[in-house]
Amino acid sequence: MDFDALLLSRMQFAFTVAFHILFPAFTIGLAAFLAVLEGLWLWTKRDVFQTLYLFWVKIFALSFGMGVVSGVVLSYQFGTNWSEFIRLTGGVIGPLLAYEVLTAFFLEASFLGVMLFGWKKVGPKLHFLATVLVAIGTSVSAFWILSANSWMQTPQGYEILANGVFQATNFWEVVFNPSFPSRLTHMLLAAFLTTALVVGAASAFQVLKTRKSGEAPTGWTASRVALVMAVGMIAVTAPLQLLAGHWSGEVAHHYQPSKLAAIEGYWETRADQPLHLFAIPDRSTQSNHFEVSIPGVGNMVQNLPRDEVIQGLDQLAPEDQPPVFMVFWSFRVMVGLGMLMIGLGLWGAYLLWRKTLFDSRWFLRFAVVMGPSGFIAVLAGWMVTEIGRQPWVVYGVLRTADAVSPVTSGEVLTSLLVYITVYAIVFTAGALFILRLMAEGPKAVVTARAAEERRAPGSALAKAPEDVDGDVPGDPS
Amino acid sequence: MSLDLALIWAGLIAVAVLLYVVLDGFDLGLGILFPFARSPRDRDVMMNTVAPVWDGNETWLVLGGGGLLAAFPLAYSILMPALYLPVLMMLAGLILRGVAFEFRFRARDRGRRFWTQMFAFGSILAAFAQGLILGGFIQGVQVVDDRFAGGPFDWFTPYTLLVACGLVAGYALLGATWLMLKTTDDLHGDARKWTGISAVATAVLLAAVSLATLVAHPVIGERWGWPDGLMGGIDWAVFAPRALIPLIGVAGLAMVFLGSRKGSHGWPFVGALTVFLSGYLGLAISFAPYVVPYAVNFRQGAAPDNALGLMLWGTAFILPTILAYTAWVYWVFRGKMTPETGYH
Repeated sequence: MDFDALLLSRMQFAFTVAFHILFPAFTIGLAAFLAVLEGLWLWTKRDVFQTLYLFWVKIFALSFGMGVVSGVVLSYQFGTNWSEFIRLTGGVIGPLLAYEVLTAFFLEASFLGVMLFGWKKVGPKLHFLATVLVAIGTSVSAFWILSANSWMQTPQGYEILANGVFQATNFWEVVFNPSFPSRLTHMLLAAFLTTALVVGAASAFQVLKTRKSGEAPTGWTASRVALVMAVGMIAVTAPLQLLAGHWSGEVAHHYQPSKLAAIEGYWETRADQPLHLFAIPDRSTQSNHFEVSIPGVGNMVQNLPRDEVIQGLDQLAPEDQPPVFMVFWSFRVMVGLGMLMIGLGLWGAYLLWRKTLFDSRWFLRFAVVMGPSGFIAVLAGWMVTEIGRQPWVVYGVLRTADAVSPVTSGEVLTSLLVYITVYAIVFTAGALFILRLMAEGPKAVVTARAAEERRAPGSALAKAPEDVDGDVPGDPS
Repeated sequence: MSLDLALIWAGLIAVAVLLYVVLDGFDLGLGILFPFARSPRDRDVMMNTVAPVWDGNETWLVLGGGGLLAAFPLAYSILMPALYLPVLMMLAGLILRGVAFEFRFRARDRGRRFWTQMFAFGSILAAFAQGLILGGFIQGVQVVDDRFAGGPFDWFTPYTLLVACGLVAGYALLGATWLMLKTTDDLHGDARKWTGISAVATAVLLAAVSLATLVAHPVIGERWGWPDGLMGGIDWAVFAPRALIPLIGVAGLAMVFLGSRKGSHGWPFVGALTVFLSGYLGLAISFAPYVVPYAVNFRQGAAPDNALGLMLWGTAFILPTILAYTAWVYWVFRGKMTPETGYH
């Protein structure tokens, strides 16, 4: 094993997992949103919910497809690039991953077919059931993968045999390891928040567009309904996310002190830590440059008494410290965006209460700009937790450097370049299609449906090529 | 009573891989046949015959990989680095063809053509790479101290290339017979033509792979009754009971040809499945009990009993449920596919 294969494997894992997480972060919430929309449609029989369902399900299909293919890569990458990790710990985390496939992947994949293509094949109730099962599948998947990842952060319930192989002593303890509940909560809220921000942005864009075109804005259009739902969701989940994040931080303080020290840029172990607002942490000097700090409140932010000692990075040899700069700044990006999300939610709730949500141009613009913020925050958050765990792959027990496969740097460089190329093509096309749909808005569904109703089955037009409206037979709408 | 957990899991993973091969086999096969379709309209129909089920089909591959990881971590950790580049090729192919299902319907003109090509290219690449993986697996992997100890191109031999061609032909046969089952009119006629061609190719390549395996791998030759190589005389007592397996393959091919000639829509597909079953059984006999051929057997490679036991409990309930709803989904989307029955 040479050093380059390790570095390249780390780059490749970071790249492929970051690409992948964008899609689950969006589809977990979107699946639940679709289930709610279809439920409301069945219950109230109002067309607007069906329109929204048919519109967002197209975007769901695109995102889910990209999530599936990039996920398959990860399930094989453990072996191709991190075979020592699996050889040693496979007996402990393997069952968690296997249960993810069995309880989540099959459920999602099988019922997705019915959800996308089954409108005319099964009854409305059965179709609703398919949507609900897909939504459940996406969350169950998060349960297992967060459990496995949390075990790598806060391992317990295992022993190490004489030959170095890990074996579980108690699987209950493995699955429900100390950081799992807080991290699962944090991730699920992040997923719902990300979706709400995207739905909010796309809907606000449509509301703005109708205003601009001068059409008299009346009644509950699909975009208005979706905007209200999104604003409500953000107003509730954004503040909750602050609490969940804080909970995660407390667990890290307990079990992963070096991660917390990196997050806060603490080099010195002491009581009464300051709160660094700005700093350039530097591992070579073991200190921060250009610190801007508030003394005396660091402990308070951690919800700890002022005289409690918080461990700093000085407790660790430099080679055992995580890359502080990236952890410190990723954390600040995440929290900064989180604060903006809370602001967006509160502002929206206030406007909703004043019944002026659709008239405030500045709010609508803000909502549009905040559309991608959930994705950035999710990436930043995962960078905090994954880089903050370094140099360990299983915290405190197995080093990342000891987990890599016996492969050559040439092989890993090849695969990294292939993934970058393929993902660039896929991502560009996928983003283009999704943005194009969002630009059209739910209106597209309404006109397509009206066109279809005009062409009654059996009429001459029914056999006309459907390309007239840019659609094709077999379009999964 | 104590269960032989390692044995049960070896069996379960073998079944998962077989299900993957036949299920994703026919939808990869469609991609292989894509370049030969007469019109974009025919391609739409071909794609629609599998659009609702391909994702579920591919999940068996994730179960095969994930199951191997969980039940035989040692085997997984040796095989994946050994087959690094073929696995990369397979994944790249699967990505490009997987997104093509959605992208092809969303794209306009030039984009549509591009994703049509990517669906074909990705399917062929994935099928070919799976053949390389299979060939690399059969020819064995160099292991020292529980780790892969060979070079990056150990898998690249004439033998693995032959296996890869064979698998591409076999998937094309599955795809063509599936189309005979699911389509009408001109496309059905084309599918019948493709069935004939790919069946001949499959038969020739399967025979060539079988002989090459016996010649190139003396251990396997011995297992089938040729203790001293193919020229050295046959041990009938060993070969006779095993001869049933190639006979099943011949029966499958006969079903394909006769069914196709008599105008049956379903029997050729059943025949193609039978051919795959025969090939799979042949492999199973050739390298059981190894999970990493000729280096690690399924007992050495197995995860600890508590992990296997934990998974078996859930699997015993969940796997039948999965099979039931998978069957239900196929039932929902049963019947012929025409341009008019596109899903709107």
